[in-house]
Amino acid sequence: MIPIRYIIQLVIILSICFMGDILHNYLNLPIPGNILGMMLLLVLLVTGILKLSMIEDVSNFLLKHLSFFFIPAAVGLITCFSILEGKWTALLFISVISTFIITVVTGMTVQILIKRRRSVE
Amino acid sequence: MSELAPYLVGSPVFGIGISIITFYAGNLLYKKTGSPLLNPLVLSMLMIIGLLLSLHITFDDYNRGGQYISFFLGPATVILAVPLYKKISLLKENVIPILAGISVGSAAGIVSIIVMCRMFGLDELLSLSMIPKSVTTPIGIEISNQLGGIPSITVAAIVFTGIAGVLLSPLVCKLFRINDKVAVGIAIGTSSHALGTTKAVEMGETEGAMSGMAISIAGLVTVFLAPILAKILM
Repeated sequence: MIPIRYIIQLVIILSICFMGDILHNYLNLPIPGNILGMMLLLVLLVTGILKLSMIEDVSNFLLKHLSFFFIPAAVGLITCFSILEGKWTALLFISVISTFIITVVTGMTVQILIKRRRSVE
Repeated sequence: MSELAPYLVGSPVFGIGISIITFYAGNLLYKKTGSPLLNPLVLSMLMIIGLLLSLHITFDDYNRGGQYISFFLGPATVILAVPLYKKISLLKENVIPILAGISVGSAAGIVSIIVMCRMFGLDELLSLSMIPKSVTTPIGIEISNQLGGIPSITVAAIVFTGIAGVLLSPLVCKLFRINDKVAVGIAIGTSSHALGTTKAVEMGETEGAMSGMAISIAGLVTVFLAPILAKILM
């Protein structure tokens, strides 16, 4: 038997999703509804309107098994094989090199700024 | 038995069932070996694609069940606020370096992706699908949809990226003398999301926590940067 508390938590999370969608559609924002929902949840948590305990069990469950929910999207690759023909090497190369660039640029920027601030103090 | 097969394939139970079974098997294999190459999502995807191709089952048949799993992408994106909320106090000490680093790094990533896509002569559809490939999967899928890319290609590139991050990032940090723990963590979380973060956690507590926090922030930053940079550069 699933405790009623889990169902309430899921309803709260789904309501926030729904509010994100409404915001997206009504305000015509170029930001996806789910992302607006995420920002909304962050604001609700930071301001204390929503307590973490009100959603924590279901959140932990979803986060723990997060990659399970990407399976259908990943399997959808099967419908893209013709578009991707002969382009796998390029995509692999771009993925690896851009990861390298982001690591170096992000790491260097953070490190330089932290060191500069420490030397000012 | 064989008369039952069409009923099974025609039912949502099929898509949901093979997703659960293959993901469970993928997790077992990953836990046994601990190799980042045996990522449970990749294993599950390969097993399902293999099964569909060999039994001539269409993606639409699979997705009759799969769509119910995809439905949870919405809640899965929204609850990314929870780990960010838990770690947001870590921002206090270094707000500006961290936010500046993530923004500059993500922008450099997007620009490099667009430039390389052009170098390889990839069409617009593929380039748009590649732009959000460094962020966490649920946000990447959203951005890909928003830009008009193909989310499935984005997911594949995101997983490639994560594996590359696990294998390369400690080496890259050492090579470029990035040794500040905060800088290392933020760099890994920004470049290779949750998969890279598993490596950052191994490197140390600060690295792991910073990397975990960077995942959601990099995702949010990319939501704003991607459409702007795509418009200017494409």
